[in-house]
Amino acid sequence: MQNFPILSFITFLPLLGMVILLFIPKKNELIIKSLTLVVTSLQVIAAIVILHGYNYALGGINDPNSFQFIEKYRWIDITGFSWIGRIKVDYFLGIDGISVPLVLLTAIISFIATLSSWTINKSVKGYFAMFLLLDTGMMGVFVALDLFLFYIFWELMLLPMYFLIGIWGGPRREYAAIKFFLYTLFGSIFILIVMIALYFSTKEVLPDGSRVFTFNMLAMMNPQNYTATGILSPLNPNNLRLIAYIALFVGFAIKIPMFPFHTWLPDAHVEAPTAISVILAGVLLKMGTYGILRVCFPIFPDITRELVWYIALFGMINIIYGALCALAQKDFKKMIAYSSISHMGLVLLGMASLNAMGITGAVFQMFNHGTITAMLFLIVGVIYDRAHTRGLDDFGGLATQMPIYAGFTTLAFFAAIGLPGLSGFVSEAFVFLGAFGFGNIRVLTVISTLGILLGAGYMLWAMQRVFLGGLKEKWASLKDLTFREYAMLVPLAVIVIFLGVYPSAMLNLMNSSVNAMAKLMAGAQTVYGSLLH
Amino acid sequence: MEVGLNHFLFVSVCLFSLGIFGIVTRKNAVMVLMGIELILNSANINFVAFAKYGNFGYQGQIVALFVIILAAAEAAIALAIVLNIYKTFSTVNVDEIDTMKD
Amino acid sequence: MTGNNLIDIALIILFLPLLGFTVTLFLAKKVKKIYLFETLIIIVAFVLSVILVFLKLNYFPNATTTSEVSWISLGSISIDLGIMVDNIAVLMIFVVSLISMLVHLFSIAYMHGDKRYNRYFAYLGIFTFSMNGIVFTHNILMMYIFWELVGLSSYLLIGFWYEKKSASDAGKKAFIVNRVGDLGFFSGILILFATYHTFTFDKIFHQISLGVIPFNSEFWLTVTGILIFCGAIGKSAQFPLHVWLPDAMEGPTPVSALIHAATMVAAGVYLVVRVFPILTSGALEFIAIIGALSAFIPATIAITQNDIKKVLAYSTVSQLGYMVMALGVGAYKFAFFHLVTHAFFKAALFLGSGSVIHAMHHEQDIRKMGGLRKKLPLTYATFLISTLAISGVPLTSGFLSKDGILAGTFAFGNLTGQWFFAFVGFLVALVTAFYMFRLVILTFHGEPRDKEKYDHAKESPFVMVMPLVVLATLSIFIWYTPNPFNPEQGAFLSKWVKAPTIVTPQDSRYSFLKSDEAQPEANVQGIQNVPTPSSTEAANSGEEITFSKTYTEAMEHAHIPAMMLSLFLAGIGILFAFLFYQWKKLDADKLAEKINPLYKLSLNKWYFDEIYDATFVALTLGISKVLAWIDANIIDGIVNGSATVTKMFSSFTGKFDNVVVDGMVNGAAYMSGFIGLMFRKLQTGKVQTYIVLVVFSLVILLFLFKSF
Repeated sequence: MQNFPILSFITFLPLLGMVILLFIPKKNELIIKSLTLVVTSLQVIAAIVILHGYNYALGGINDPNSFQFIEKYRWIDITGFSWIGRIKVDYFLGIDGISVPLVLLTAIISFIATLSSWTINKSVKGYFAMFLLLDTGMMGVFVALDLFLFYIFWELMLLPMYFLIGIWGGPRREYAAIKFFLYTLFGSIFILIVMIALYFSTKEVLPDGSRVFTFNMLAMMNPQNYTATGILSPLNPNNLRLIAYIALFVGFAIKIPMFPFHTWLPDAHVEAPTAISVILAGVLLKMGTYGILRVCFPIFPDITRELVWYIALFGMINIIYGALCALAQKDFKKMIAYSSISHMGLVLLGMASLNAMGITGAVFQMFNHGTITAMLFLIVGVIYDRAHTRGLDDFGGLATQMPIYAGFTTLAFFAAIGLPGLSGFVSEAFVFLGAFGFGNIRVLTVISTLGILLGAGYMLWAMQRVFLGGLKEKWASLKDLTFREYAMLVPLAVIVIFLGVYPSAMLNLMNSSVNAMAKLMAGAQTVYGSLLH
Repeated sequence: MEVGLNHFLFVSVCLFSLGIFGIVTRKNAVMVLMGIELILNSANINFVAFAKYGNFGYQGQIVALFVIILAAAEAAIALAIVLNIYKTFSTVNVDEIDTMKD
Repeated sequence: MTGNNLIDIALIILFLPLLGFTVTLFLAKKVKKIYLFETLIIIVAFVLSVILVFLKLNYFPNATTTSEVSWISLGSISIDLGIMVDNIAVLMIFVVSLISMLVHLFSIAYMHGDKRYNRYFAYLGIFTFSMNGIVFTHNILMMYIFWELVGLSSYLLIGFWYEKKSASDAGKKAFIVNRVGDLGFFSGILILFATYHTFTFDKIFHQISLGVIPFNSEFWLTVTGILIFCGAIGKSAQFPLHVWLPDAMEGPTPVSALIHAATMVAAGVYLVVRVFPILTSGALEFIAIIGALSAFIPATIAITQNDIKKVLAYSTVSQLGYMVMALGVGAYKFAFFHLVTHAFFKAALFLGSGSVIHAMHHEQDIRKMGGLRKKLPLTYATFLISTLAISGVPLTSGFLSKDGILAGTFAFGNLTGQWFFAFVGFLVALVTAFYMFRLVILTFHGEPRDKEKYDHAKESPFVMVMPLVVLATLSIFIWYTPNPFNPEQGAFLSKWVKAPTIVTPQDSRYSFLKSDEAQPEANVQGIQNVPTPSSTEAANSGEEITFSKTYTEAMEHAHIPAMMLSLFLAGIGILFAFLFYQWKKLDADKLAEKINPLYKLSLNKWYFDEIYDATFVALTLGISKVLAWIDANIIDGIVNGSATVTKMFSSFTGKFDNVVVDGMVNGAAYMSGFIGLMFRKLQTGKVQTYIVLVVFSLVILLFLFKSF
């Protein structure tokens, strides 16, 4: 059991499931759905096993020895091209405190999204095949430690997403899908370019003593591994690290999505089916911030320190701008989409603090936003399934008609506006406390707190428009939650409350890694500064 | 006057020129064939002459013999072709047979 | 019997209502009588808090017991959850538990027949839990946590009858306006945490007493104090954020009594009491000004309001302003004293108004009442006692506490030369007496103005009247002091409530709050915290004396004149109320016409709502609309535009490809075709021509190459 490749298992299980699924005849829809459910539940179990075996004391980040569940095999190793040298890509998986919460989140959200997909009735087989492929891509991004592998997973999730929105989406699905696809691809190009540049700037020392170019991210984090003349090498006085950093950051920022690259999100959300919105908000957005934390920060700590004010600035813009835009929306789903933008701004702000508290807040916020926003989209889905409209002003008084539904909504809304006792508060508070502790971005932090106020504004207003007031005649036949909807909302609600009351359960998990990250950032100037002189 | 290489070559050139002249001017396909035979024979003379004066042993004569045999075979095939041409076009006048143009 | 027992009891008191909330909420639909469980829980909590008060004040009168567990630890930073039991906390918990219990009982009858009856009790449970949390917390982050939770329960209860748009509007308004204040509060917490890396009051105080202050500047210490006070501005409905409280009257009346009169709104004052040691003179002055404005403006509004609950709401804001002003001028003990007395008589007033509304079948307009004292004798009696208390008539608790506050402003004026606060204090005392008696007279005296409703009115049932009686009884002086004219003689002020140890740097204090080196021992006010093992840090700070002798003496000197003056003013206020409304010697309407602009200003609540709607709300919504438009049209327009440009460009290149590039390819083909056309002329098809050509070519070649 000790050597069981659990990370490969959790990553490729959905792919395996997809292959099996392809052999099932099209009309056995129930079997297809059940198979997906089994696969995603196995994933949840695997995530729990990982959690169980996870050693809280090991930090990870840039230290290859303190990553856990490592799987490293030779994968691509070509020596034939003498003008390039040896091309070496490893199959390298491993997790640390920053990826563990997201692995867990991905497993949970996939499971819940499967339940939410139960109502899909248009070419079921294709849908679930795509769904499982997407699952593999997402999980892979969070466990890959080789940049090449990371990129493959990154791109792998793109295509199924395109089809899931483009085929099973709403009326303007083609537009939204193309927009999403092109936008993300646009970002991927930057990532690809920087990846290749990094490859030609780093040489890894192999066990046999030879030095070869490498895609190993952990090797890229060690300034000793850079070649003297590589274009991204800190040893090279004319290096292009700043430009590369910005390119890489933009690549990831599109996924977050960061202002001004955010406009694909509302469209994608509005058109996507509920389950896909849940995945999109719950997991996909986190890939952007995860990428920044996993790739940008540790590989370019020197540049990060230089640009941190701008990162915080964009975090602040995201928070305020997203909230203000949410305030003006009339479409329930669009409002949630904009609130997502606002909440992801908190992650950026937290990361920009560069200290343990802020980064903890950021990672925790990723997880919490995943669960809370998933809940919010499920809630929109519930009402859309019944009423086939999402206009905030179309409703009114639903609290009387659907009290339990209203109860869950209240919980989710208050979690989203950071009510203490629910998980959102802890991460929000940590982000602000951490960011305020970093003198450079103090003013930005104080301005960002306005987001708390605006958040209360749009959430409560939406609450009032949909649930309070007199019940409209035409909604008098709406039914309260079904068992399946309970099964989706209850686990998330439990997580939200549990982590609000006892956040240490999650915080301890990431503690060592976050400290390692903060230490890396704190030491960046001395380490990288001394390389040139 | 001793008969030398030049004399043989002169005869050969005469035969060759007559052959060419025959090929180019005659309208009858059979006559054209005969012109070809003349050219072959002028080549034969050259082979033998060079063999005699060029100190090549009997190689020239052997090739000449080959050519004679080939000429016989060629004449047979060529006549067969002429017959077929006649069957197809009802004439052996080469001026009228210009379908290669198309 | 140790301090730990106190902690245990406090924990039980804290969590019992949470249990009540959870059970009641989940069983609300299934068990009809579950509200009785919730009520029982609160009764138990009340009994326990009586025990706690008794034990604490009898056995550990000078100790502060704290207990904490680590909630989150992050490297060197540990965020603790902790409970602090000191005299202020136990007195406060007594008030909260008692009023909460009475409100539960009152609600059993008042809310009877409501379709969300059980849910209502569940909400009361979560409120009581959150409020208890505020009372017992030992650190400022927990204060903020429970602060938000009471905000939630307030939101839920104000909007309890959410079918009415005005109710849901009021709930939303309350929450959002409170959040405005909380932004300041949270920013203050950010500063404190960035400076001290802890949230615990004791530790922060200790560090400040050692001279560690935010950004090494006393200015920022002042700012921090003001920011934290912003939380109180929101929660205690102080000017300029007072606008939510009158609207909050949309909630059920018992809720108004519990949350929006007695306990939650007092939390702001309680917060200032808790952080009092770190407030510099600048912060205190700010607090006093805000308090004075909040005392004055709503008092002027209350004069013209006709909704019985609105009058009480504005009087609540005004009284809270009193407390805040008292804190600002340094009358710390009297501020807390007034908090307690006000909680009782204001709860009595609200529940009394609830009883009236109940009897009048949800009629709240006092112009339609009148003469009710005959129909509701008990309600009338209790209401009258409470009104006497709020007006500051002797023998009541309100007289004692208000007089103390006025004496404080008087002393402050004497010591600093600023008489503004004293002036406002006395003026408001006059106005308060006037509008409260206007309320009583219009409601209970005279002839009934709505005969039909009057005829149907009858005294409320026992569970509703009993709380009134209890609360009215507590508005009598005897519980606080044996001498109705000197509160200092009672245990409440001389033994139980102690002035805190001020920790701010010496030169940032008011001169009269500077520590008195000449008098190292405790003075008359009996000040310092006696250290216990768990609170040694605060006490070891070396700052033993807080309020200097000067201030104490000034208070004593101010006591008698202030009492005389306030008595006189209250008398005038009451007299005018009778002249206007009882004896009709003066005509209120004519007066209103004469000073029409002022009357309009008061009637329309100084136009605060309109101004806010026209400025902040309109501005925010406007900006959000503009931004949404920009987002949809410009930013997304750029995205779509770039797509369009790309498409145009690609169609151009497509054309270019078709015409130019492919044209070149085809052109090459045409060219070769053309050349071929020329050369095919040579192709006669005649064998002989070919041979001629071959021979000629050979000859030419021979000539060309003959040199080789």
